[in-house]
Amino acid sequence: MNDFLAARSQMALSLAFHIVFSCIGMVMPFFMAVAHFYYLRSGKVVYRNVTKAWSKGVAIFFATGAVSGTVLSFELGLLWPTFMKHAGPIFGLPFSLEGTAFFIEAIALGFFLYGWDRFNRWFHWCAGVVVGVSGLVSGILVVAANAWMNSPAGFEYAHGKYFNVDPVKAMFNAAWYSEAVHMCIAAFAATGFAVAGVHAFMIVRKRNTGFHTKAFRIAAVFACAAAIVQPLSGDHSAKDVARRQPAKLAAMEAVFHTQSHSPLLIGGIPDEQNRTVNYGVELPGMLSFMISGDTHTEVKGLDQFPIEDQPPVLVTHLAFQLMVGLGMLMLAISLLYFFGLWRKHNWQERRWLLKLFALVTPVGFIAVEAGWTVTEVGRQPWIIYGFMRTADAVTPMPGILYSFSIFTAVYFSLALVVCFLLYRQIKMVPELYDIPE
Amino acid sequence: MIYVVIIYLWAALLLYLLLGGADFGAGIIELFTSDKNKDKTSNTLYRAIGPVWEANHMWLIIVIVILFTGFPEIYATVSTHLHIPLAIMLLGIIARGTAFAFRHYDAVQDDMQKVYNKIFRYSSFITPFFLGIIAGSAVAGKIDPHAMNFRDAFIFPWLNLFSVSVGLFTVTICGYLAAIFIIGEAQTEAGRKRYIIKARSMNLAAAFAGSLVFVAATLDHIPLAEWLFGNGIGIISILAAVISLIIQWRQIAKGKVIMIRVIAGFQIAMILLATTYYHYPRIILLKGGGYLSLLEHRGDDQAIRALALALLIGSLFILPALVYLIYSFQKKKMTA
Ligand code: HDD
Ligand code: HEM
Ligand code: HEM
Repeated sequence: MNDFLAARSQMALSLAFHIVFSCIGMVMPFFMAVAHFYYLRSGKVVYRNVTKAWSKGVAIFFATGAVSGTVLSFELGLLWPTFMKHAGPIFGLPFSLEGTAFFIEAIALGFFLYGWDRFNRWFHWCAGVVVGVSGLVSGILVVAANAWMNSPAGFEYAHGKYFNVDPVKAMFNAAWYSEAVHMCIAAFAATGFAVAGVHAFMIVRKRNTGFHTKAFRIAAVFACAAAIVQPLSGDHSAKDVARRQPAKLAAMEAVFHTQSHSPLLIGGIPDEQNRTVNYGVELPGMLSFMISGDTHTEVKGLDQFPIEDQPPVLVTHLAFQLMVGLGMLMLAISLLYFFGLWRKHNWQERRWLLKLFALVTPVGFIAVEAGWTVTEVGRQPWIIYGFMRTADAVTPMPGILYSFSIFTAVYFSLALVVCFLLYRQIKMVPELYDIPE
Repeated sequence: MIYVVIIYLWAALLLYLLLGGADFGAGIIELFTSDKNKDKTSNTLYRAIGPVWEANHMWLIIVIVILFTGFPEIYATVSTHLHIPLAIMLLGIIARGTAFAFRHYDAVQDDMQKVYNKIFRYSSFITPFFLGIIAGSAVAGKIDPHAMNFRDAFIFPWLNLFSVSVGLFTVTICGYLAAIFIIGEAQTEAGRKRYIIKARSMNLAAAFAGSLVFVAATLDHIPLAEWLFGNGIGIISILAAVISLIIQWRQIAKGKVIMIRVIAGFQIAMILLATTYYHYPRIILLKGGGYLSLLEHRGDDQAIRALALALLIGSLFILPALVYLIYSFQKKKMTA
């Protein structure tokens, strides 16, 4: 592995690690707010316990999210100094605003975690909601910064110089809206399925069913609602990508050759050497239709781009298939769940459905990681799409492989410890929160 | 607008040094507390710091964001040549932050606590040590943008006597801040006495490390004395720091809790003022007399303006909320 590849891998690792914690940090406050609200309204202790149990877990995730985020803001410079030298002033605005959002989040979190029985009940509840809202806002802002890398705007460029900067235009670039919407929904779907899955598993194991059923229902409703709108937003994103980054779309769909009546590819292993796809199922004309609403539209293939401007096809395509496949799976489960709710089948208590939920616990997060792989690998070889190549942005510092190895070891051990702590939290539920039914 | 940004940069740095510093110092004090009292100390500290803990470390993020948005060239140079100490500091931040959270949120209290404690205490030492090294390296004049070999480009800019002694000095400052802070949190007279002794030894250590910095500066041919005493502001602020130190020990004897915190903050502000004033607006001194200046090497004007507005508007939200957070937890503690 050379230094360049090591730098890319270290960036990818840190982001992939951080995104898990930031999704949880954005979404769990809302789950807690709902449970907390039920408690304040009904006075049922079990809801207070659900809120408290969740907030203990969330405190662990928050701390890990905060440190991994801090690491990221340094890593932008440590690994990509040339990029930051030019991009910093242009896409810095969302980061500066994000600073405010983080601050408010941290302050509200202080009130929420340490404020039980100390403040007015509704003030305390509002603090929890503020944690969620500011988390969501900071997520949207940082995604806007990423969107700028995919769809640069708000500056003029000549001879390697960037001038006439307009930070507001840069923030509201062409990609921010579709990315931000899709990301927020994804956070709800991923966190929701993960939380619902854990509680479903505990119900199946017949542990504290009263406690876990309440928790499961809150998470499941959020998760399923999000999973149902997700494909709609994904469709919007795909149309958007087709317009602003045709090379990425071609890689996602493994379109090697430009054609009208372009088929939608399901599955398939792209062969980048021979520029063909093996083992795929093709739905004729459907890709053209999905992009423009007309089966005749021509779809730009990779042959339209010089070889040095083409993103890796295999990774992008497989990641895209994985995301969409898992999205469809989550959609199906969600429809099933709401159907049950609507027909009052009381399916929540059916073991097979709970088992299904337990089985798909990690699926949302896998889809999130796959989705970011599509966005980020599909942007290659550019770090600022169309303006600066990733290879020209990397640090001159040699030996990044060492740093990558150390960070990998640290992040893996951290992940293990977090899982271990979570396991202990759940194991302790009977002792801490058991109440006679 | 550029001056708004510079003031915020300086203020955020100071606040990080004070609040984050006291927080690092908490771990340093634990590290140097006898086993018998370790638990008591760590509980007292946690009660004091817990609610504001997340917020304390946001100041570092603000510094970084101001640097890369407003002064991208400075940010890029520093992160390239000080890559190694920055990376070590980051590892320290990871270890410390997570160990702090884990030890308080682990549902089972068992031997794992010992592991978290160890990690927390050692990383509380390492992180400010490297932070100080980075600060020292900014003005040590060893960063060489034209270096041709690995060691000159990436090692010697920070591995030199001066930077390392500034690192040590930073550690002792953090310990001093935490000790002063915790005096007011002690719940028994015995505890109070113990923390006063801690504060005294940290004070001595800081004085010692401070003189070490002067020795190292002389050996490394850095005109530190001239920077500090070659101008009115420098002399006044150093004098103010020394005089307030004398007042400080009087107040400690009298048991004035709030006063001694304010004085400690004032001292650190004076030291930061004295050390930054002489170079200003140059914040990075390069090898061979070159420098990077906050005025000459700033980013695009539109970006600076947007940044300044974002900071001003942000403070409208943040400061009242932060003050209320600190105030209400202080008040609840008094009445509890
Ligand atoms: C729960 C997670 C999840 C699920 C079920 C889906 N996605 Fe997704 N997708 C993401 C999570 C995600 C993401 C991680 O949030 C990404 C990465 C960047 C972004 O903005 O969202 C993403 C990116 C992303 C992009 C690239 C956007 C860009 O580069 O700007 C496209 C075209 C789609 N998605 C399309 C879809 C479609 C058609 C889906 C149909 C089911 C789908 N996604 C389900
Ligand atoms: C948190 C979710 C994210 C994940 C999982 C993710 C994933 C990745 C991956 C896999 C790469 C490596 C691509 C390659 O080199 O082939 C990468 C690169 C990078 N990403 Fe992201 N990304 C995320 C969000 C962001 C955001 C929000 C930003 C910036 C604001 C960002 C900035 C970068 C940069 C600077 C690089 C390195 C340069 C490059 O490879 O083009 N990423 N990311
Ligand atoms: C899609 C990508 C990202 C999303 C959705 C996201 C979202 C979030 C959220 C919601 C938080 C607060 C929750 C928590 O602390 O657990 C957080 C923390 C943080 N993130 Fe990210 N982030 C992303 C990528 C990045 C990148 C690329 C950077 C830096 C360049 C970054 C920097 C930070 C920092 C500094 C924190 C700590 C804030 C604190 O102390 O509370 N994040 N992120």
